[in-house]
Amino acid sequence: MSTAGTARDRPAPLRRFEPAAFAGVWRHEIALFKRYYRPQTFASMAEPTFFLLAFGYGFGSLVAMAGGMRYLDFVATGVVGTAALFTSVFPAMFSGYSRRVYQHTYDAFLAAPVDVHELVAGEALWIAGKAALYSCTPVVVGLFFGLRPSPWVLLVPLVTFLSAAGFGLFGTWAAAAVPSINSFDYVITGVVTPAFLVAGTFFPASGLPGWARYLAQANPLYHCVELVRHAAFGAWRPPDAWHAAALALFAAWMWTIAVRRLRRRLID
Amino acid sequence: MVLPRPVRPARTDRPDGQAPPAVALRGVVKRFGALTAVAGLDLEVPAGSCFGLLGPNGAGKSTTMRLLTAQAIADAGTIEVLGFAVPREGKRARAAMGVVPQQDDLDEELTVRENLEIFARLYRLPRPERAAAIDRVLEIAHLADRPATRVDDLSGGMRRRLLIARALVHRPALLLMDEPTVGLDPQVRAELWGLIAGLRAAGTTVLMSTHYIEEAERLADACALVSHGRVIALGGPAELVAEHAGERVVEHYGPPDRLAAVERTARAAGLPTRRTGPSVSVLKAETIGPALAAELGPDGVARAANLEDVFVLLTGERVD
Repeated sequence: MSTAGTARDRPAPLRRFEPAAFAGVWRHEIALFKRYYRPQTFASMAEPTFFLLAFGYGFGSLVAMAGGMRYLDFVATGVVGTAALFTSVFPAMFSGYSRRVYQHTYDAFLAAPVDVHELVAGEALWIAGKAALYSCTPVVVGLFFGLRPSPWVLLVPLVTFLSAAGFGLFGTWAAAAVPSINSFDYVITGVVTPAFLVAGTFFPASGLPGWARYLAQANPLYHCVELVRHAAFGAWRPPDAWHAAALALFAAWMWTIAVRRLRRRLID
Repeated sequence: MVLPRPVRPARTDRPDGQAPPAVALRGVVKRFGALTAVAGLDLEVPAGSCFGLLGPNGAGKSTTMRLLTAQAIADAGTIEVLGFAVPREGKRARAAMGVVPQQDDLDEELTVRENLEIFARLYRLPRPERAAAIDRVLEIAHLADRPATRVDDLSGGMRRRLLIARALVHRPALLLMDEPTVGLDPQVRAELWGLIAGLRAAGTTVLMSTHYIEEAERLADACALVSHGRVIALGGPAELVAEHAGERVVEHYGPPDRLAAVERTARAAGLPTRRTGPSVSVLKAETIGPALAAELGPDGVARAANLEDVFVLLTGERVD
């Protein structure tokens, strides 16, 4: 055993973000992921398949074209965005709440040399990375439904990573803000569902009444879906810079409020 | 020759030749709204000792522990842990100490080894040392045959040992233990006591909070008795007993009237008393002269004074 003196001899570095904190947070995530990747992979492949069958064939028999493309292509790319949303916001909300309140994981981490902002950053990067990959599955499934993407489709994971970082951080904020797990109903029905619907995912936002089009502009998922479509078919347009900036701004804003709110919850 | 006093305590050696304390709190105050959990706490834990923070529930022990890890921020006062100012250098302090929380915060879905691997990384163990460090603490915690068991499937005692193992993976100079044996069987408690005594013998400073008197009596080199967020008595367990409860105690049993009468008589003679369930204990009984003994009556049962007598005497018979 060392004595009190050794703490002095080898002072731990003090950087704002320590690699060791990320290594620890990610080791935790990887250990858990080993236990749930099978059901998650099943869900992420099966869900877009069902969407494409139901909307592509069912609804697609009424609507042949949407947003200037085959309706099935429209839906396949739209579902990429909804997958980015769902695979980030829900894990962030539910595991964030349970780790804070039931499992006390965050208390354990913060008793080690980890600060709240490192914890939030580590988990957000993990969630965004995972969501970026899983949200590509609709494109893969779409290939079997005749989707023919351009090489630019390889940029889709970048778009969904940035989007999912923001959505995940929103989930982290919500998990830290709610007084009880029941309050998630407000977040899910009041925020996530409208965001999911008014984003040009299943029908073009351009067809919406004026007020709803403004609402869509304020919806990060709308910007995500626009960018995903333009990347998938290599059809870049000038507003794409604005879409990317909107996603970056959203993520930065969510980062600020998530760290602040969780710190207030965890540090007395 | 008079040595000039240093402006601030030196981190290596003090002018008096003693090692600097592992933990030093001065005038620490922590409020939660209208409640003052820690009310001007002064405390020094000597390096290399096992120090017991003793007090009833709500005395401010857990809050004090959280202040040391910067999981609570003091409203006033200064805190130093292993020479690091907390919370300013809190991260460095946390890197050099281990924490065993009162509330089990292991990840139940993961195995014993996975739980340790996470903390081996958080505590900055270089990759080549990790596996050996984990094996070492598994050995210390008698879990060497359980690395692949999910925490879910461990007994309460094993989980507690795993919490201790997790806090030791980086060979910390200081170990904080918040109520290390609360809610455990006597056999498991005895086993943990052996473990804690072994750590202390190996040079680790141990600061533990407890409301189990026996635990402090057996393990601690020194104790601070805490009540309402303040240290009300400080010293080795034996010294505290000698000072406040004396050598011997005589317990008198009887109906409430009789107990009240014994209390009045003893207190009139300047002897402290405490209720011991159905009896009244008269402390410092070795000082009772023949006249007082006759007055108190022949129904007394003598026993040795213990730390519990001190605890109840100083923190009050009722706990709010």
